[in-house]
Amino acid sequence: MKPIFITGGRIIDPASNFDDNADILINEGIVEKVEKGLKPPSDAEVIDAAGLVVTPGLIDIHVHLRDPGQEYKEDIKSGTRAAAAGGFTAVAVMANTEPVGDDPSMIHYTYEKAAGEAARVYPLGALTKGLEGKEMAELGRMKNAGAVGFSDDGRPVVNGSIMRNALHYASGINAPVIAHEEDPYLAAGGVMHEGAVSSVLGLKGMPSAAEEAMLARDLLILKLTGGHLHIAHVSTAGSVELVREAKAEGLNVTAEVTPHHLLLTDRLVKNSGYNTNTKVNPPLRTELDRQALWAGLLDDTIDAIASDHAPHHPDDKDVEYDFAPFGIAGLETTLPLMLDEVASGRIKKFTLPLLVKKLTSAPARILNLPGGTIKAGSPADLTIIDLKREFIINPETWYSKSRNTPFTGKRLTGAPVYTIVDGLIKMKEGVVSE
Amino acid sequence: MQTLRRKDILGLEEISAEEINLILETARSMREIMQRKIKKVPTLRGRSVLNLFYEPSTRTKASFELAQKYMSADSVSVAGTSSSLVKGETLKDTVRNVEIMGIECVIMRHPVSGSSHYLAKNVEASVINAGDGMHEHPTQGLLDMFTIWEKKGRLEKLKIAIVGDIRHSRVARSNLWGLQKMGAEVVVVGPPTLMPPDLAVFGVKHFVDIEEAVENADVVMALRLQKERQESGLFPSMREYAELYGVTAQRITRAKDDLLIMHPGPINRGIEISSELADSPQSVVLEQAASGVAIRMALLYLLLGGIKE
Repeated sequence: MKPIFITGGRIIDPASNFDDNADILINEGIVEKVEKGLKPPSDAEVIDAAGLVVTPGLIDIHVHLRDPGQEYKEDIKSGTRAAAAGGFTAVAVMANTEPVGDDPSMIHYTYEKAAGEAARVYPLGALTKGLEGKEMAELGRMKNAGAVGFSDDGRPVVNGSIMRNALHYASGINAPVIAHEEDPYLAAGGVMHEGAVSSVLGLKGMPSAAEEAMLARDLLILKLTGGHLHIAHVSTAGSVELVREAKAEGLNVTAEVTPHHLLLTDRLVKNSGYNTNTKVNPPLRTELDRQALWAGLLDDTIDAIASDHAPHHPDDKDVEYDFAPFGIAGLETTLPLMLDEVASGRIKKFTLPLLVKKLTSAPARILNLPGGTIKAGSPADLTIIDLKREFIINPETWYSKSRNTPFTGKRLTGAPVYTIVDGLIKMKEGVVSE
Repeated sequence: MQTLRRKDILGLEEISAEEINLILETARSMREIMQRKIKKVPTLRGRSVLNLFYEPSTRTKASFELAQKYMSADSVSVAGTSSSLVKGETLKDTVRNVEIMGIECVIMRHPVSGSSHYLAKNVEASVINAGDGMHEHPTQGLLDMFTIWEKKGRLEKLKIAIVGDIRHSRVARSNLWGLQKMGAEVVVVGPPTLMPPDLAVFGVKHFVDIEEAVENADVVMALRLQKERQESGLFPSMREYAELYGVTAQRITRAKDDLLIMHPGPINRGIEISSELADSPQSVVLEQAASGVAIRMALLYLLLGGIKE
């Protein structure tokens, strides 16, 4: 393994509060030195990072790779390549595969299949057997096999008692529980946010209250049980407020938000003429919600940005709106979309170091993952970013098997140019190595 | 004669008052053809139309088919149960296969809102929405407006009360957009659970009391109530609905004397509207059905840009 020497870059490491120019020497998969004025070893591969930004490898804690079971939509190989292309060195993957990831064998399967691929894959286990919300899955055995957290994502845990026991039990094995907050009765049959736009379009809506009611319940349960509850894809102003209050009360709750909820609203369903790539759960909400999500992200009510990468085959989405599956693919768009928000200055106080924190140290802390920082001795997972790179979202060029994005054609400023995983260059100038 | 400068008719929300006027004026001359002994003109000879009905329909389907026959268009009709929808073929594949056979215009009814938009994006043929989910039913809206316009001589400044399940009604949505564009005042009446969320977006006022809503009204339009709405818990029973929201002679005493009673059909007699009223001289329910043919002839003519007789 050749050493890698990254010279002249601006290093942003929120975990150690470091933001300065320095050189980095990587050896045997480990960051050996981070100093100014280092000399490269003669056998090192030198990356000239002058004018570029070097960050800890980005971590996406909410990803669906459909493997096993729906490999025609995505698999671990294509998904990790998409991750590397998008600047991510690690992804945490949800258990809604076929069969469901509710058993240690499934955790082993993921680690084995991901070994040597373009990004690290951390499996999340199912919270309940078969994602059925009835019986707790073997959380401890899965944890011992390497599961980094537990979630029935895609489905809410309807029975409050089951959620109570799962949270309580998980607190005993020091594992986070990730909740997809949705009252399935209030949201029944909904295909978009319930409001003026759904009324005009004649589409069945999911009210904000469906998310907020379940979130409020889970926060009350958390008060009862202790443990760590992580809220997946927060989408409403009311949810932001609930999480803010819970944090103020001292509850161990964290939250994430997706780029699509930060950038889009339900109006796009109408303006795109019922484009099924706008169909996602939780749904795109209103401008008021969008503003509240930004406020929550800026004041750290919302800890992290996660893509909720939900890949689908183009045929699955090329149908009538009600018949299309929910989901937006985000691994190859998240970083450029967010960099463009920084570049444009549209959101005051949304600085580059803050963005880096939301994609590195914050997600690492939520799932207790290694990485998320650049310092001597840490794993050599790094992302190098060109803030001035012009980037156009074109799903036809993706490494993902999916094409489902509502951002097609968007012109952005800022993109990843290197993704280094475990001391190996996995992506260079947008090209993922074989 | 003018034509419509658009490929499709998907909803009245996006159609201008000027276009609606053109359609109504054209429908008037089409109605004249219908009154002839030999109801056939060669206008659309050699033009091909597909009627694609993924939901059951009696009058809309009959009305489109008659309009095509009176205009001498060639047409084929494909109905839901016999269609390829049940065979698992996608809508896009179905229509592209028929389009390649020479179809220039597709009339579609479909249970999913927005499906006519989806179709219009995927075919070169003109698409006329014959009802898509809860979204719109533009030809019904136009025929309702035509019926009122013929009876009252105008739409402007009329007061129209629409009663019933606005929330799930594509007929209501098309009428709300169309009538208000033409300068009419529209109010809606019904239980709150049958009103669309954020009703204000439609620019209409909601009443729960029919008698109050129909004060000085020129038209009362009752909507069809589906049994499944009660089953999904939106109101307790059909008889309670009839007692609170049914349109009866006693409830419309504060309306204008020349009030018109309308219903898009099929009527649940004694539920949405009393039989007595449905059959009264004020009722224009049958005229609505006749207007439907004229409106659909007009749209086919305007969209296919018929060659002058």
